[in-house]
Amino acid sequence: MSFELNYELLVGVLVLTTAAWSVAARDSYSATVGFVSYGLLLAIVWMQLQAVDVALTEVAIGSGLTGLLLLGAAARLRVAEARVVARPSIALRLVAALACAGISVGLATTVLSLPQPAPSLAAQALAALPATGLGNPVNGVLMAFRAFDTLLEKVVLVLSLVGVWSLAPDLGWTGRPRLLHPFADDGVLRFLARTLPPLGLLLGLHLMWNGADEPGGAFQGATVLAAMWLLVLMAGLGEAPQVRARWLRVAVVAGPATFLAVGLAGMGIAGAFLAYPVSHAKALILFIEVPMMLTIALVLALLVAGPPERTEGP
Amino acid sequence: MSALLDLFTMAAVSAGVLFFLAGVVGLLRFPDALTRLHALTKADNVGLGLIVAGLLPQAGSVLAALKLILVWLTVLLAGATVGQLIARVARRAGPNP
Repeated sequence: MSFELNYELLVGVLVLTTAAWSVAARDSYSATVGFVSYGLLLAIVWMQLQAVDVALTEVAIGSGLTGLLLLGAAARLRVAEARVVARPSIALRLVAALACAGISVGLATTVLSLPQPAPSLAAQALAALPATGLGNPVNGVLMAFRAFDTLLEKVVLVLSLVGVWSLAPDLGWTGRPRLLHPFADDGVLRFLARTLPPLGLLLGLHLMWNGADEPGGAFQGATVLAAMWLLVLMAGLGEAPQVRARWLRVAVVAGPATFLAVGLAGMGIAGAFLAYPVSHAKALILFIEVPMMLTIALVLALLVAGPPERTEGP
Repeated sequence: MSALLDLFTMAAVSAGVLFFLAGVVGLLRFPDALTRLHALTKADNVGLGLIVAGLLPQAGSVLAALKLILVWLTVLLAGATVGQLIARVARRAGPNP
């Protein structure tokens, strides 16, 4: 067996083991740690498949951000979890296991019964790519050929933030999100929160700007920016904004609103909703991506920060 | 010259992997959180440093080599901070967590 095949087998076995471990873990904290390592290993698999964009997203969103959200949930649930003594009955667990196994078998059958070679629009997308002025086919698909999906994805992001905020108690509406930060005001964390953000800012903008021609894009870049902002908040160097702040509301909808406006303008100047005139395609795409990045970074960070709780003094 | 550089790469990367191996063994075998942390930070700092040093001749351009060094420095910064934070939790939790 070649080295390459051995390596792929090893990574595959590791992914499956971590997944099984994460499912079998008893408390939600251990399960989350397993889930984060699972995401990192999965990113290696995507790299092996030459899907660098997917690998970046998996690390940033799948492992990093989702992991952080789950860790926050686990921390909030810890007290309640310790109080539960009764385990669900065997019959209930058996039904749950059967249902989960059924879904897995269904998915596996679907994937295995796909026609070979799989139907693909990749060739057409590549052929039409020069019209967008972009060099990265993934970004071309996201921002031009399937722009509608991307637009809706951003709307979903905003809606998810509305969902989190709607969990706030009535009195919380005048307050700010309260981050769980056991190390606020800690000197070491403050040092990191002062040193890392300039580099993170550069990296985030670089990922967005470079996304036009190389792997990367607004979403991955925005995740890095969100992480930097969260680091500053967690170190107690800044405060989360009041959710009723006007600038925050405007910034949160800026991305989808710009996207929608350019899309509607496309009906007049390019003949279809979300169509770009070929001569200005790349400029328009960048014009959309900048506010979109702001929206994504804000929404992701605020999702982690949670609903507003603390009320302001008089 | 290139064969010599390749030899250097192999030696440095192997030494780095050895440090990572030692770190993992330490993580699995050492008795408490602080000693395990001690073992892990060696793998992160020296192990990754050796691997990056070994990869420098293979980087192809000065810019790529500088990026590799930046990656190492960033991991050093993050590793040192996280090590401190975990150690504080361990100390707060008691002598034998």
